[in-house]
Amino acid sequence: MTIRLMQGNEAVGWGAIAAGCKFYAGYPITPSTEIAEMLSWELPRVGGKFIQMEDEIASLAACIGASVGGLKAMTATSGPGFSLMQEHIGYAAMTEVPVVIVDVQRLGPSTGQPTSASQGDVMQARWGTHGDHPMIVLSPVSVSQSFDLTVKAFNFSEKYRTPVILLMDEVVGHMREKIELPEFDSVERVERIATDVPPEWYKPYGDSLSDVPPMANFGDGYRYHITGLFHDMLGYPTTRLDEIDPWIERVHRKIERNLNDIVLVEEDLSESDRTIVVAYGASARSARHAVKLARQRRTKVGMVTLLTIWPFAEAEITRIAQFAKRIIVPEMNLGQLALEVERIAGRKKVVRVNRANGEMVTPQMILEAIEDR
Amino acid sequence: MPTQVEHSEYTYLRPTKKFPNVWCAGCGIGIVMGALIRAIDRIGLEKDDVALVSGIGCTGRMPVYMDFNTIHTTHGRALAFATGLKIARPAMKVIAIMGDGDAIAIGGNHFIHAARRNIGITAIVVNNAIYGMTGGQYSPTTPIRARASTAPYGNIEPPMPICELAQAAGATYVARSTVYHAIELDRYIEQAIRKNGFSLVEAVSYCHTTFGRMNKLGSPTDMMRQLKDNSVSVNAVEKLSPEERETKIIRGVLHDVEKPEYTQLYEQLVKSAQASLQKT
Repeated sequence: MTIRLMQGNEAVGWGAIAAGCKFYAGYPITPSTEIAEMLSWELPRVGGKFIQMEDEIASLAACIGASVGGLKAMTATSGPGFSLMQEHIGYAAMTEVPVVIVDVQRLGPSTGQPTSASQGDVMQARWGTHGDHPMIVLSPVSVSQSFDLTVKAFNFSEKYRTPVILLMDEVVGHMREKIELPEFDSVERVERIATDVPPEWYKPYGDSLSDVPPMANFGDGYRYHITGLFHDMLGYPTTRLDEIDPWIERVHRKIERNLNDIVLVEEDLSESDRTIVVAYGASARSARHAVKLARQRRTKVGMVTLLTIWPFAEAEITRIAQFAKRIIVPEMNLGQLALEVERIAGRKKVVRVNRANGEMVTPQMILEAIEDR
Repeated sequence: MPTQVEHSEYTYLRPTKKFPNVWCAGCGIGIVMGALIRAIDRIGLEKDDVALVSGIGCTGRMPVYMDFNTIHTTHGRALAFATGLKIARPAMKVIAIMGDGDAIAIGGNHFIHAARRNIGITAIVVNNAIYGMTGGQYSPTTPIRARASTAPYGNIEPPMPICELAQAAGATYVARSTVYHAIELDRYIEQAIRKNGFSLVEAVSYCHTTFGRMNKLGSPTDMMRQLKDNSVSVNAVEKLSPEERETKIIRGVLHDVEKPEYTQLYEQLVKSAQASLQKT
């Protein structure tokens, strides 16, 4: 273990290397560029490959190509580039190719304010690509968690054969903080499930107990077809309803049946708390400070930090809605994840604390909401 | 007495794939597929060592029928996917199969940058001068004045010369032939696959269903004959007048040079990065 002072973006790079990432393709964009710079230096040293592509569309395409070839792959970008990547996020979901996409959110829409913070991509991360698909989106609060959740993102991606989005924000990405870097050999790494059947029996999209079919890499002797069209168990295009329906059910089931594994939350509350703050990313930092100040004034308040923001923590919010009277949701947008909290918490009062001008939601803003009963 | 012809093609078709194929009867794309298989057979590549990467469109459907590692990607991005795969598997023969709209319109940026990097990918562009699958809209290679479903008054945009574009961008092998000249096509594709670097074969084809119908060019046989009559070998170009050169399809190996290949350069980069790490 080594103690270092580093940026959130840099911690993402180290997390990737610890997770076994061997391929990065990206295109320069503020405020994510440090991830590319760091990996262009470090990846070759561990025998990995780095390439700067001609745009973000090509970046994610190259990552998917490399993953099909057997390398754990990652790209990183910010709002405008994330918008360009949406088609290939859908392609990775459709073809069930593991890949990690980092989006260091900046103020939008459009070019917006490249160096300003935002949490405006929450809904885009979930629904940005067309069609129905599950999505795993993780959002770190600290530099240390940027490392941990990058490792988690790779592990989920390989385990469930799905794209995983690490939704950073400019604050966490650019902030410098102490981090205790573990020995990389001690970090838990999940590898994709390999097939053990002879090539002529292999079904790349066949049934399996876990709903995640084993994945053969190109070049390993299992010649098969991959397509973004709806496909049968062998990967061939299909228009048959009895092949389309099972596919769409299975890819949703493989996530929904594993929510206990995927949905990560941190709780700091008791069931006697009537006010609960639900936050994620940099806003959770302000929220934690606000909760601390409120408690110093003997105000009872609980706190839930969502590390996994998609799939949404329905069970957790349902549980707190049973005893909480008010749920406060601070976000650096005009209310995106608050919509989900409102959907789950039913008739409980959901208080939004929003800021979408590039500045953080301050502890004071949240404290006022806590005390405004 | 009919002679028995050996069709090596059949041993490379997928036994599990449901035929017939998606193409219209009389389409030229199947000829390019045959040429590709014959080229691979002649080189003697193992099926496991070949990856076919395609984009979207009629030509994009080609890999699914063939028994290799095949990936049908998104519109225009075949070369970007192929780049990642080639870097992950440098020993693999990665062949990108695209149509003209796929490679040159939506994928134009990837096309020039893959050529610029000189990454060891073989690009095969089937140029039928139209978007066939979507119903005959004009493409970046549709000739001036030709009609298309989105150019009802005739096309006013000049066509993109695919081979010249690849050469200017940095490709190390560039050749053009037509689906009439199938044997020539076999040979060029073979040379392109053998090339250590970014190689391009433009296979000029036709679309009788859309382009042919809208421009009154007749049956597939008529259009095949037009390819024969309108094309000329690169060796005979000097005999043509400048006006004739403009209108003819020039067939041949147009460019063939040696340059360092990207994944090999990257391998050296990895070695030197690791060597410098050991020193520190």
